[in-house]
Amino acid sequence: MTFLSFNHHKDLPLDKDPGTRFLPWLIAFMVYLAALAVIATSIMQSISARWEMGVSDTLTVQIPPQKGMQQDQKQIEASLEILRAHPAVVLAAPVGKARVLELLEPWLGDAASLSDMPLPHLIDVTVRQDVPMDGQALIEQLNKVAPGATLDDHRVWLDRLIQMSRTLEWGAYLVLGLIATVSIGTVFFVTKTGLAIHHDVIEVLHLIGAQDSYIARQFAEHALYMGFRGGLLGLAVAGPTFGGFAYLYHQVDRALLPQIDITALQWVAVLSLPFLSALMGYLTARSAVLNSLKKMI
Amino acid sequence: MVIVKLENVGLRYGVGPEILRDVSLTLEEGSFHFLTGPSGAGKSSLLKLMYLANRPTRGLISLFGSDIATTDRTKLPALRREVGVVFQEFRLLDHLSTFDNVALPMRVANVHEKDIKKHVTELLAWVGLKDHMGARPTTLSGGQQQRVALARAVITRPRLLLADEPTGNVDDKLAVRLLHLLEELNKLGTTIVMATHNEGLVRQFGHPRICIDGGRVEQMGPLRGPRRGNVRMEGKIS
Ligand SMILES: Nc1ncnc2c1ncn2[C@@H]1O[C@H](COP(=O)(O)OP(=O)(O)O)[C@@H](O)[C@H]1O
Ligand SMILES: [Mg+2]
Repeated sequence: MTFLSFNHHKDLPLDKDPGTRFLPWLIAFMVYLAALAVIATSIMQSISARWEMGVSDTLTVQIPPQKGMQQDQKQIEASLEILRAHPAVVLAAPVGKARVLELLEPWLGDAASLSDMPLPHLIDVTVRQDVPMDGQALIEQLNKVAPGATLDDHRVWLDRLIQMSRTLEWGAYLVLGLIATVSIGTVFFVTKTGLAIHHDVIEVLHLIGAQDSYIARQFAEHALYMGFRGGLLGLAVAGPTFGGFAYLYHQVDRALLPQIDITALQWVAVLSLPFLSALMGYLTARSAVLNSLKKMI
Repeated sequence: MVIVKLENVGLRYGVGPEILRDVSLTLEEGSFHFLTGPSGAGKSSLLKLMYLANRPTRGLISLFGSDIATTDRTKLPALRREVGVVFQEFRLLDHLSTFDNVALPMRVANVHEKDIKKHVTELLAWVGLKDHMGARPTTLSGGQQQRVALARAVITRPRLLLADEPTGNVDDKLAVRLLHLLEELNKLGTTIVMATHNEGLVRQFGHPRICIDGGRVEQMGPLRGPRRGNVRMEGKIS
C-alpha cells in the first residue's frame, strides 16, 4: 500500500514492532463487526418502520351475543365505561347493527336474511399512539363485565415486535460503542508498548531537539496506516458476508420479511469505517505519545 | 558572552547521595574545556545537566542566558538544538544508515531534504566517512562510529558541543585525530566541553580543565608538561 506511505522520514523502526503484526488484524475484525452492526441496525430500522406503518390507531372490541338483548346492552355499556376510562383511549363507540351487517355481507350474503341471527357486538376504539397500552390487562378487565369479549390485538402484538426491534437497534449501537472502546484501548496499549520498546531512540531524538509532536507524529501516522489497512481488510471480508446474507434473505418468502432498505447514509457509514478506524488510530496514538512525553523534561 | 552558567547546583539520583554538590561554573563563548575526574565522579551527570537530560536537584542552570528552570517546556527543544552532544558510547541509531544518523538533528528541525543532503554529504566528507554513508553503525569500526557521532553532534552548527568521553574506546592515534577535529570546530566559534580520562590528551592539548572529585567541581588551568612517570589513565568507559 505505497499510496499511503508518507513522505516523512521514519526515524523509529515501528514496522518491526510486535503490535504492527496483530493490530491491523484486530482492527479488521473490529471493522468487520462494526459493518455488521451498522447493517443490522438498518435492517432493524426497516423492519420496525414497516411494522409501524401497519399499526393503526383504531382497534375493535368484539362482544359475543348473550341470551337477551337487554343483557347484551348491559355488557356493552359496562365495556364502554371501562374503555373510556383507559388513558390510551380517545374514543369508544358501539358499531350500529346496520354497519355490522354491512361488514358481514360479503361473507354471509344478503343483509335482510341475517337480521335475525345473533350477531356479535362491535365497539370501535380509537387510541393514542403515544400512550402505552397493555392489551392483555384490558381484555381481562373487559372479560369481567363481558365474558368472551375479545380485543383485536394486532396492535398489541406489533407493539411488542417494534419494541423488540428498537431494543436490538440499541444493542447494535452498544456493540459499536464497545468496538470503538476496544479498538482505542488496543491502539493505546500498542502505542505504549512501542514507546517502551523504542525508549532509547526516543530519548536520543528528544535530546537532539525533537519536539514532542515530531515523535508523536511518527506513532500517529503509523497507527493511522495500520487502522486504514485493517479497516480495508475488515470491509473486504464484510462485503461477501453481506452478499451471503442478502442471498439467504431472498430465499425466504418475500411476504414474510419486509424489503430492507439500506439508506445512502448507512452505506456511507459502512464505507467510512476504514477512514474512521484510521482517524481513531491517529488520534489515539498521538495523544498516548504526547501524554507520556510530557513526563520527560 | 556566557554560554553555560551553573550556580550552587546540586544533583542526586532518587534518595542516593549527592553526586554533585554546590557546583558553580561559567563557560565563556568560544572556550574549550576538558572535564576530568575519576570514573563515577559525575562527569556524565554534569554534562547531562548541561544538555538538559536531567534537572538539578537544586541550584540554577542557565544556557545561552535562559534560566532553564523557568523556560517553558515547549521552548526547550530550541535550546537543545543549540547544543551538540557526543554521547558516551555514542548512542547511534542502529537501524539507520550513517547518512540518516547524521541527518537526524536536521530532520527534527524540519530542514529541507535538499539542504540536508548537501550538508550531511559535506560533513561526512570532512570527517572522512564519504564512502560509508549507507553503512549501518554496527558495521563500522569504533573510530568510524566516533566520527559519525561527532558529525551528528555538529551537523546543525551548535554553539555548544558536549562530548562525553568520545575517545573512550579508540586508540591514541584516533583520539588525537578527533581532538584536531574538535579544535577546528572550536576555532570556528563552537564552545566545547569534552569529558575524558585520558591525561595524555589533556596534557598534549593544554585546554583549561573542569575537575570533579568527591562531588565538588573546580575550574582549573591547563595541565602542561610531560606525564609523570608512565602512569596513564586509560579511557575506561563507566
Ligand atoms: N541514572 C542514574 N541513577 C542513579 N545513579 C546514577 C545515575 N547515573 C549515574 N549515577 C551515579 O552517579 C555517579 C556518577 O556517575 P557518572 O556521572 O556517570 O560518572 P562519570 O561519568 O564521571 O563516570 C555514579 O556513582 C553513578 O553510579
Ligand atoms: Mg561517564
